[in-house]
Amino acid sequence: MATVAKPSGSEPAAKAGGLKAWFYKRLPIEDFIRSQLTGYYAPKNFNVWYFFGFIALTVLAMQLLTGIFLTMFYKPGEATAFDSVEYIMREVNSGWLIRYLHSTGASAFFLVVYLHMFRALLYGSYKAPRELLWVIGMFVYLALMAEAFFGYVLPYGNMSYWAAQVITNIFSTIPGIGPGLTEWIRGDYAISDATLNRFFSLHVAAVPLALILLVVLHLVALRQTGSSNPDGIEIKEKVGADGKPLDGIPFHPYYTVKDTFGISVFLVLFAIVVFFVPTLGGLFLEHANFEPADPLSTPDPIAPSWYFTPYYAILRAVPNQRIGALLMLISVMAYLFLPWLDRSPVKSMRYRGPLSRAFLAIFVVSFLGLMYLGMRPPEGIYVLLARIFSVGYFAYFGLMYWYTKWDRVKPVPERVRFDSHG
Amino acid sequence: MVDNGVIADDGVDDSRRKFLLAATVATGSVGAVFTAVPFISSWTISERDRALGAPTEFDLSKLEPGQMALAKWRKQPIYVVRRTPEMLKLLADHDSQLKDPKSEDSDQPDYADNAMRSRNAEYLVLVAVCTHLGCLPKARFEPADPGLGTDWPGGFACPCHGSRFDLAGRVFEGSPASKNLRVPPYAFADTHKLVIGLDDAKGAA
Repeated sequence: MATVAKPSGSEPAAKAGGLKAWFYKRLPIEDFIRSQLTGYYAPKNFNVWYFFGFIALTVLAMQLLTGIFLTMFYKPGEATAFDSVEYIMREVNSGWLIRYLHSTGASAFFLVVYLHMFRALLYGSYKAPRELLWVIGMFVYLALMAEAFFGYVLPYGNMSYWAAQVITNIFSTIPGIGPGLTEWIRGDYAISDATLNRFFSLHVAAVPLALILLVVLHLVALRQTGSSNPDGIEIKEKVGADGKPLDGIPFHPYYTVKDTFGISVFLVLFAIVVFFVPTLGGLFLEHANFEPADPLSTPDPIAPSWYFTPYYAILRAVPNQRIGALLMLISVMAYLFLPWLDRSPVKSMRYRGPLSRAFLAIFVVSFLGLMYLGMRPPEGIYVLLARIFSVGYFAYFGLMYWYTKWDRVKPVPERVRFDSHG
Repeated sequence: MVDNGVIADDGVDDSRRKFLLAATVATGSVGAVFTAVPFISSWTISERDRALGAPTEFDLSKLEPGQMALAKWRKQPIYVVRRTPEMLKLLADHDSQLKDPKSEDSDQPDYADNAMRSRNAEYLVLVAVCTHLGCLPKARFEPADPGLGTDWPGGFACPCHGSRFDLAGRVFEGSPASKNLRVPPYAFADTHKLVIGLDDAKGAA
């Protein structure tokens, strides 16, 4: 990946004897450390927005660890699932903690990923040459959504059941094949044992494998192009006499130390939620899900987890179910096309004009507004507001091709702006 | 490495190589498609579950006029309503407020494709799964229900996304649902025995 000439460093280690040399000769450990950490140059002007990628990676590791242990005690199946989660919560030693770490981790994952994605919108990180990095990242996000949905169904509480019912029903709006497809996904005429077991398999095996593969691809793509930065300047274009970027610093030790600090702050906040408000007032774990699944009683009101509510609000805002489902699909997929919709000559919002800034603000307000409305019942003023915010949401993507072209831009400096700590 | 180069340059028949490559890819692709078959079919409903989805009988003798009972067929909730003459009379008055008053776009067996959406006007049999996204519509039979407006003729209201249906399961304008509630196949084995999941009760009784 990195094109730094390598032999000079590996020679002494290979010549010296001992265990280290034995390993270094048989595994490319040194090459890896140099290409990924000590020899990987990142822009020196990262700010707080650049914490979230590393935090997301940590949360993924945490979810894998807690998930593996939950799988040891969870029993998939209509008759056993709900009771086994109660068993984890009450009987398994520290089971409550492992489960709350996992459920809070799911929400934290989305929070961190949303902040990570907003960073990309703010500084134009998705623009050339990082289009594929962005697209792979979007696939990580889609896999994460699938993973979260399947995981949500597993406790088989009443909200699990009806979430599975409503989400699988969206497929039945596809003309022609819809009803048959829905039955195929469920494996029965309704949500049942068959559905729960296949969702369990997807949640613990198929999707995590895909997720890990996509995250690795995301990192490989990042190492290929290098990170963008708040100024949106390519640091590789200004290299010193030694061939290293003038505005870059080695990832290790500089950013490993910075990210360790970020992780520490994150973990403090995370622990506060896990230990004091694990359900976060019904936001992270919904009250209706502490009752077993009941096919003859729909929880009232019914709402998905907070991280899905923006899209859910768009689905409900449309009075026609087929168009509603289609618009929801488009609202999730629209991010994929950002690199080609954005025609601005500059990357960062720092050097963009009022149009780009205004549309980004409209998008953020609409996204948060829809997030709130998706948790409220679809009545009266909420429906009207959801329609207005849906228009705002789609305007950001739909008009981007033009407003980014017409917008005024400021000149981008030659070198990144950076104030040392003096 | 060097040897390879020599072999590759030595009188290669390019068209033959391309043909073999294409044939291998094509055969492999066909094989891959066939390999997918068992995995895809494993997700379809098993014969056992199909058998468990067999027709179910329902006893009508205890159902009073104006009452609703809940039955289960294929793990889905089924509403059985014994409609009173007043309920039936109200059904004719609000066609203009309905999305699909004649049930042309909705799913029901031929014998229920009529104004009352039933074999026998007195008994309404519906799959109690909202045609919008599958929640359970709630029975709100009282006309002019305070929560549903003074012109509410009585029917069903879905708590999830607010779809409303009349006492023939027909969807009202302004609902997110587009289709009327589904009528399952059913038949009367005798005056008091309903069979759900069967078009003709003669064999079953």
